[in-house]
Amino acid sequence: MGDRIGLVFVSHSELIARGLVDLAGQMAPNTSLVAAGGTDDGRIGTSFERVSAAIAEADAGAGAVVLCDLGSAILTAETALDFLDDDQRGRVRIVDAPLVEGGVAAAVAAEAGDDLETVVAAARTAGGDSAGVDDATAAVEGPGAEASDSGAAGAALSRTVTLVNADGLHARPAAELVKLAATFPQKVTVNGVDAKSLLAIMSLGLTKGSQLEIASTDPAAGDAVDAIAGLAASGFGEA
Amino acid sequence: MAGGPLGADWAVDWVRRSAATVAEHRVELITLDREIGDGDHGENLDRGFGAVLGKLDSVAPDATPGDVLKLVATTLISTVGGAAGPLYGTAYLRAATSVGSEAELDSAAVAKLLEAARDGIVARGKAESGDKTMIDAWTPAVEAAAAEAGRGASPAEVLAAAADAAAAGAEATEPLVARKGRASYLGERSRGHRDPGAQSSAYLLRAAADAAAEA
Repeated sequence: MGDRIGLVFVSHSELIARGLVDLAGQMAPNTSLVAAGGTDDGRIGTSFERVSAAIAEADAGAGAVVLCDLGSAILTAETALDFLDDDQRGRVRIVDAPLVEGGVAAAVAAEAGDDLETVVAAARTAGGDSAGVDDATAAVEGPGAEASDSGAAGAALSRTVTLVNADGLHARPAAELVKLAATFPQKVTVNGVDAKSLLAIMSLGLTKGSQLEIASTDPAAGDAVDAIAGLAASGFGEA
Repeated sequence: MAGGPLGADWAVDWVRRSAATVAEHRVELITLDREIGDGDHGENLDRGFGAVLGKLDSVAPDATPGDVLKLVATTLISTVGGAAGPLYGTAYLRAATSVGSEAELDSAAVAKLLEAARDGIVARGKAESGDKTMIDAWTPAVEAAAAEAGRGASPAEVLAAAADAAAAGAEATEPLVARKGRASYLGERSRGHRDPGAQSSAYLLRAAADAAAEA
């Protein structure tokens, strides 16, 4: 347990932080997920004391990743980091990512035993942007925006794979798919949703026997489509 | 107007006057913040400085201005729930560091203290001049203080110039469009409202000047 990265969820709302612990905890039962929401007396706001205590609890030695909601949550978290000793500060990261998507993606990565930088990358890519690719034109579409139109004419590339996993496309294989998709700069969709968005992929709710249509309108995405199709066909290493 | 260097009694008086001015303008700051933010600025600062007041009795007789500033910093950080906690907390912490263990502050030390505080807010909040934030009060204050100190003015005169510049700076945030903080979500709609953080900064610097005038 001490080898896993811990997570801290900082929100202005105590309920949001605790709710996210519940949500992410479903997929990361062995990871230390700590809520730091609200002020010391339970109002809307953020608490230096709560964030500091949460970091201390989440970091069992391997490090911790802190996810925040609105601006002052980040300021409070950064101030808390200033007060850590240099040693511990070196293994705590604040990630600017969508709180819910980033929190779930980071929790799945932490549960899998990924190292600090990989957990950070998982959180960063959760919003659907690929790591290291500054592509302002890649508009992030809402989950399911094109779901009814997945066979779209206009998709330059498309491969269909039948899902063989007994438990369907649950958290771990979904995370594997998203991590692989994030290594390619091109935009790829699975049944119409962004392959780089963990929550979008999971919300497809695909069960064993479902068809996965992996597609891209980008002619340069051949390798990405093939790699994701190959991963899916292999049962994500668990079938 | 007193002309001598400023000691810990000035710093303590600054805290008392800060708490008083924040309490006096609590509703005004809440109203300003409600117009373009989340409406908690006056409430949070009032609670924060109220907590600092409660701790003044624990200040040792041989405390330095730096000790008092550090007490303000740690108390604000842990009692103010909004962005003002880390921002002002960092400002007072940097100010405390800049004066070190000096028992008395001359004009140059006072100007440097303000500059360190401003730099702390910039480091924490990443705001620039014109973003419609407390920086728009602090930077003119720092510049005015440096100019006064440079021409050989007393510490009290340095702080008076800083307070005047901060008040003008806060007023000048009214036509700006917010680019940082909660107000930035409003975009163009933030125009026409004074920034609550710049306004509270102006009140705090006025408190510092008033304390110096009677030191």
